[in-house]
Amino acid sequence: MALQLRRKTHESVVYIDRDSAPRIMPSGEDFILEDLPIGTRVLYPNPPMKGLPNREAAIRYALNHPHGCDPLFAQLEPGMRVTVAVDDISLPLPPMATPDIRQTVLEIVLDMLAGHGVDDVHIVIANSLHRKMTEWEMKRMVGTRIFDAYYPDRYYNHDAEWTEGMVKIGETKHKEPLVLNRRAAESDLLIYVNINLVPMDGGHKSVAVGLCDYESLRAHHEPQTIRDSDSYMDPARSELNHKVHRLGKIVDEHLNVFHIETAINNRMYKGDMDFLLKNEDDFTAFDRMKFEAMRYTMGKLPRAARRKLLHTRPAQYEMIACHAGKTEPVHDKIVAKAFEQYAIPVRGQCDILITGIPDISPYNVYSILNPLLVQVMGLGYHFNFYRNKPLLKKGGVLIIHHPCYDEFDHKFHPSYIEFFNRLLPETRDAFVLRDKYEREFANNPSYVEMYRRGNAYHGAHPFFMWYWGENGRQHVGKVIAAGAENAHVPAMLGWERADNLTEAIAMARSYMGNSAEITMLHQPMIGIADME
Amino acid sequence: MAAAAFYDLEGTLVSTNLVHTLGFYSRNQPGLLKSFKKSASTLLSIPVFAITDQYSRKVFNDLYFKRYKGQSEDRLRFLADELFETVLKPAVFPGTYELLAKSSSLGLRQVVVTGALDVSVKPLMEHLGITEYVANRLEFVNGIATGRLLPPVMAAATKASWIRVFAEREGLSLSDSFAYTDSMSDLPMLSVVGHPAAINPDMRLRQTALHHDWPILSLK
Repeated sequence: MALQLRRKTHESVVYIDRDSAPRIMPSGEDFILEDLPIGTRVLYPNPPMKGLPNREAAIRYALNHPHGCDPLFAQLEPGMRVTVAVDDISLPLPPMATPDIRQTVLEIVLDMLAGHGVDDVHIVIANSLHRKMTEWEMKRMVGTRIFDAYYPDRYYNHDAEWTEGMVKIGETKHKEPLVLNRRAAESDLLIYVNINLVPMDGGHKSVAVGLCDYESLRAHHEPQTIRDSDSYMDPARSELNHKVHRLGKIVDEHLNVFHIETAINNRMYKGDMDFLLKNEDDFTAFDRMKFEAMRYTMGKLPRAARRKLLHTRPAQYEMIACHAGKTEPVHDKIVAKAFEQYAIPVRGQCDILITGIPDISPYNVYSILNPLLVQVMGLGYHFNFYRNKPLLKKGGVLIIHHPCYDEFDHKFHPSYIEFFNRLLPETRDAFVLRDKYEREFANNPSYVEMYRRGNAYHGAHPFFMWYWGENGRQHVGKVIAAGAENAHVPAMLGWERADNLTEAIAMARSYMGNSAEITMLHQPMIGIADME
Repeated sequence: MAAAAFYDLEGTLVSTNLVHTLGFYSRNQPGLLKSFKKSASTLLSIPVFAITDQYSRKVFNDLYFKRYKGQSEDRLRFLADELFETVLKPAVFPGTYELLAKSSSLGLRQVVVTGALDVSVKPLMEHLGITEYVANRLEFVNGIATGRLLPPVMAAATKASWIRVFAEREGLSLSDSFAYTDSMSDLPMLSVVGHPAAINPDMRLRQTALHHDWPILSLK
């Protein structure tokens, strides 16, 4: 059985043998080399699909051949009020090389609007309760021409706490309210420009979540919904997706939404860092040289400088699909394309799942991956990268590799600090946290002002991050933080710690047995384990 | 248990500081020559004020309020409305209104604890809808300011002790209360509440807030 398992089943599934090279693992801002036990299954990201050769043409084609509605140009009339909403900086990851896809789409759409006499146009960043983007980030995302023409009066961040700027659209029969950005809701046409990085992005989530307020969000960003999502990367089995879908129906009843969705390949890096996405057994001498050069350079730098250096490396994603029209048919096509890129057929669950946590997450762009974000990457995103059933057996061990430093960004994550230091010592129960403290944090005037006038995540956001790990937390038997530089952060998160991966694997085997099947996610990766 | 939000005023909710107020009164003296002389001497005093404020708020207050010596109470009160319209009202930070509204909506009592003069801040308090405030009071003899303050002088630790007494008297929970200030000299005031925050802080307060993981806000 073991031999049969170890034969090559897919190019992204590699088994460690006696002569296998050590594997590269990210651990925060570091990249380490680790020898894995023989028989360990390593999942790599699929090779990047070929990007569309002319993305402008693809976008124009999509606008002129929409799904379920008239072409965009046919919907335009002089004097109409149009709002264009765009995804925020949490997509894609890391931020992509310029020109950003959103810039290309906007240039085409705005030219088309101007050509049809539509002057009343606002561009709203659908940041929901995420931090507002800085001026520099906003400029980088849309390019100088659009920025100069629209910022700040007609190009701005959504503000979920601006009461006058929000309007109630309705509520579902399950009493889930939907309060949306007034400008978007009261426009004759709302155009949404999306980038789809993982399958839970896009669709009705774009408008119903990206432009909503706290009360609307808390109806579905709650522990039970996450527990019932198996996984939230699998739209068909995601309770979160079902709830958002219900809200999307209300959006479609009240708003005229023209959705432009794009799918990108997974070419996170190319050139000097492309080796991070390759099988180490296939490394050329040049790849090894690049890795050693990077490791040497990074080893000489303090952590903050390493972080800064990593954040200056833009992703090299290419657009592989663009569809436009009504939200649902568009989203179905984009999700299908995304799975084509990301799905890795995998047979058999594992007892021990290893994942290095890189300094990449939707919530720490140009910032620190604080302990709560390490938690959300491990038990949230990495654990949920599956379809059909979890990659890890129920009660199995999740080994994450990260220094787990006790560092927070005061500007971006102020409420996280209080959540971590004040609430987690009291309880880790997501339901208790929600009932007892969530509203207090959400309404804290300091956090509200820091969200509104600064660049802070909303006061309730650390709660959502905790809930985001809820199905992972309920599923795994134990989490071991390998390479943790202190004891208290893993302890606060309810984890065990180990000095290194070897020790962590030994601890996990003592729990799961010596014949435990081990799988490693080769990070950084965007991939969905498509379980048989 | 009820709670409150305590605010410093100048530099926190408005962009002006005590010297702006003094400058206004100086240039509005009876007579052009007197206005010119008073304005010039106020201008020359600014470096001294800056240095003493870094050294001690008490020494600063002693020097600063001496500049009011000889001013008539009537005149100070008469000019207060104009001071508000021309100096203070335009200086209110845009975020001030939002912060006060959010804070009030939570049922927190809104209390301003300021080292500014009571006569000069009254119209501003009415404008902001704040009914509970404590400010410094000049001593007047026969309607003329002596340049001294009546106790308690609102500065540094006195603000904190006033807040403690006020909370006890009103049955407020300090653990659930908030405090906002821009200056390191108000550190005691931040230290007595459960939810301290720095607003547009000076360098020393910013460092302290970072060390203590307090929120740092900008209302600009």
